[in-house]
Amino acid sequence: MTADLDYLESQSIYILREAYNRIDKLALLWSIGKDSNVLLWLCRKAFFGRVPFPVVQLDTAMELQEVYDFRDRIAGEWDLDLRVEPCPPEADMDQTLPPLTRAAARKTEGLKNLLRAGKYQGIMVGIRRDEQATRAKERVFSPRSLEGDWDVKDQPAEFWDHYKTRFDEGTHVRIHPLLHWTELDIWRYSKREGIPIVPLYFAKDGKRYRSLGEKNITFPVDSTAGTIDEIIAELVVTRIPERAGRAMDNEAEDSFERLRSSGYM
Amino acid sequence: MEIRNELNGQLRIVIVGHVDHGKSTLIGRLLNDTGSLPDGKVEQVHEMSRKRGMPFEWAFVMDALQAERDQGITIDTTQIHFKTEQRPYVIIDAPGHTEFLKNMVTGASQADAALLVIDAAEGALEQSRRHAFLLHLLGVRQVAVAVNKMDRVDFDQYRFEAVSHEIRAYLAELGLHTSTVIPIAARHGDNIVTRSDKAPWYDGPTVVEALDAFRPQQAPTELPLRFPLQDVYKPDDRRILAGRIESGRLRVGDTLRFSPTGATATVVSIEGWNHSQPIVAAQAGQSIGITLDKRIFAERGHVAHHEEGAPHVTHRLGVRAFWLTSEPLAVGKTYTLKITTGEHRVTVESITAVIDIEDLSSTPAKAVHRNEVAEVVLRSRSPIAVDLASTLSRTGRGVLIDGHDVVGGCIVVEVDEGPAASANTTEVSHAVTADERNAANGHKGGVLWLTGLSGAGKSTLAMALERALFDRGWQVFVLDGDNVRNGLNAGLGFSAEDRTENIRRVAETAKLFADAGVLVIASLISPLQADRARARAIGGERFHEVYVAADLATCESRDPKGLYRRARAGEIPEFTGVSAPYEAPESAELTIDTGTVTPVEALGELLDYVDGAFGRNALKRGRV
Repeated sequence: MTADLDYLESQSIYILREAYNRIDKLALLWSIGKDSNVLLWLCRKAFFGRVPFPVVQLDTAMELQEVYDFRDRIAGEWDLDLRVEPCPPEADMDQTLPPLTRAAARKTEGLKNLLRAGKYQGIMVGIRRDEQATRAKERVFSPRSLEGDWDVKDQPAEFWDHYKTRFDEGTHVRIHPLLHWTELDIWRYSKREGIPIVPLYFAKDGKRYRSLGEKNITFPVDSTAGTIDEIIAELVVTRIPERAGRAMDNEAEDSFERLRSSGYM
Repeated sequence: MEIRNELNGQLRIVIVGHVDHGKSTLIGRLLNDTGSLPDGKVEQVHEMSRKRGMPFEWAFVMDALQAERDQGITIDTTQIHFKTEQRPYVIIDAPGHTEFLKNMVTGASQADAALLVIDAAEGALEQSRRHAFLLHLLGVRQVAVAVNKMDRVDFDQYRFEAVSHEIRAYLAELGLHTSTVIPIAARHGDNIVTRSDKAPWYDGPTVVEALDAFRPQQAPTELPLRFPLQDVYKPDDRRILAGRIESGRLRVGDTLRFSPTGATATVVSIEGWNHSQPIVAAQAGQSIGITLDKRIFAERGHVAHHEEGAPHVTHRLGVRAFWLTSEPLAVGKTYTLKITTGEHRVTVESITAVIDIEDLSSTPAKAVHRNEVAEVVLRSRSPIAVDLASTLSRTGRGVLIDGHDVVGGCIVVEVDEGPAASANTTEVSHAVTADERNAANGHKGGVLWLTGLSGAGKSTLAMALERALFDRGWQVFVLDGDNVRNGLNAGLGFSAEDRTENIRRVAETAKLFADAGVLVIASLISPLQADRARARAIGGERFHEVYVAADLATCESRDPKGLYRRARAGEIPEFTGVSAPYEAPESAELTIDTGTVTPVEALGELLDYVDGAFGRNALKRGRV
């Protein structure tokens, strides 16, 4: 039965349509991973075949080759308005951050450049609550300060699908249409809909990527799952967290919270 | 409470209760004892606790923020997934501290059911009651209670029963169904997953058994259709009306009526993308798009429904509201009321009662403060399509927005259908309708409210307008601020309260005249925004504000009644413009500056405006 997937899909479409109606200048962040692929697919459903806003990749030039190949193929096939935003080098980052966290912070700075140049008022991001504890505290419409900071201690009230859609000049809002999905939901939905997937997620020589990130700070995990069905079967029993292969998350107790407070996705 | 299909096994549980009664600890324990924590989490929590010199702290499993761990409180709501043998759950942790009520509301609104945690030694304190009341307002109907820290009262049965009795009585009064009250000691795992041997007198369910007994919310597919529009898309030559069905069902071929416009059209198709077969029907919970057989005016906020079982269309609503911000809700203030996707400017006409959370008694009040719950009457200038929350909860509730922020929520408990359909109210219906009166008089009834400083020329202008309109055959009458003080308001003085009451009485009287078909010209200084907002709320959409502007120097030089001279000499205290403020209107329908135009020109401007707003053309527009 996939009735629960229908519900997740409908809720996400509702959020996407609210964002498109209420926010003037929107862009979607495409990491080319499994979640943002689902997000793009849902946009095509919500807007009847087209993605009516720019799709941005924050590029550190450190992604795996398969990721770039996938990006170029899909952008063409789906007729996406793709913008590639290069991220500033690691040497420009806050040097008080632990080294791996610093590498991840490059994307935050790339995003800030994008916001400055494009004057975007809304950025859609495919994060989920079950990925990471600070993401579990997120709002669907999550306001950011002028500097892009997330004031996690004073978030707006959000209930009955009424979202905060009015903001002061110069600030922006992060929109999270997949917040209520789980990793398992993403795979079940990708299978049901036949959504294209970067091959790195499937096991090769006993290893697969469970979460895709830059090649210097992301590592494959032990797995023999070579198909979506096998991935689903693996997830049902695993007790290893999804982001175990993301080195930056585990550097210090608060490394991810510090990243997110200053504007990371 | 989001729409879900019953086939979805997942259930959303919110954990609520007073600060420090152990909500986060209960959740940590629940996750651990059901084997739902990822590898390494318990070690992480050990390390976090050790660093802070604390014994093992289960709450750290949930409290993700540094500030939360350092202060030992939950600040914001969070969600975490876990499984029992029966089904998957999402646990929503809601902060208990009163500072963070908006976060509690955010979390609880998404739940199918709630677990209320109460400290055995302390009983149902203020926040326990407030949370229970909010659950009721948010529409969470299933509640189980866990009486925690039973180890601190030696698992005393009598203490448990006292707490249990108190909370059951409270919940029953709110109309919440309490299936279960469970004695637990979360820190030690008693009665969480496994039955405790320390309370042999208790034979009810454990926490996990109580959760498994809850039923998922079901999408209201069998109720009348409500399809509020979110947007209109034109991807090609199609014109697609997009939105989510909030209740009921819709089929291709159905005739739909749109409220509040009343337009009707037939559904030609239900549009989809990546569907192998055409879609012929859709139901509550689905985000869809439809095309119609004809091009009608329909936009975001309009609600499609069937001819049968239509929503109410009204300008006046009674709501039960909860308030989340430090600036109080007050009579005369204007907010945006958002119900599904429709937004309406509403003015607070009255606050019927503020409800005491402790004993549920009601007291009348002038303002509603942060975290309070109250019964409020709202008046809108535009017609609102709405349902009673008791019949259709999803289209019978909304949020109040002030500036950029959601500042409160409300459920609709009463709808005033107005004179056209007053069959449901206790007021006596008139045999002559407003339309008939308008047709007979050749103009609409209404209130033209002239505000401005003493000496600005309000009375002169009002009397000249009355003469001109009367000569044209209009039903017209001037209610002058000075004149009513001799009769209707003879008992009132010039204190702030009395001036407010003076204006309220004039506004109510003007409304009666307007109901009778008369164009009332009310001429009052009415210096305060709040008082005029209230007059507008009373008058409704027939109320038109005219700002008779003239600067203070001009008024003072005219001084027709010698009042400025006396005020300057200190003979008149609190004289508007001299020793009391005049708040100029920000959104008057018309402004006439008598300092720059002649009296004849001023009258001409006013006549043009009145013709447009109340004359024959206005009548025609009203009928289209």
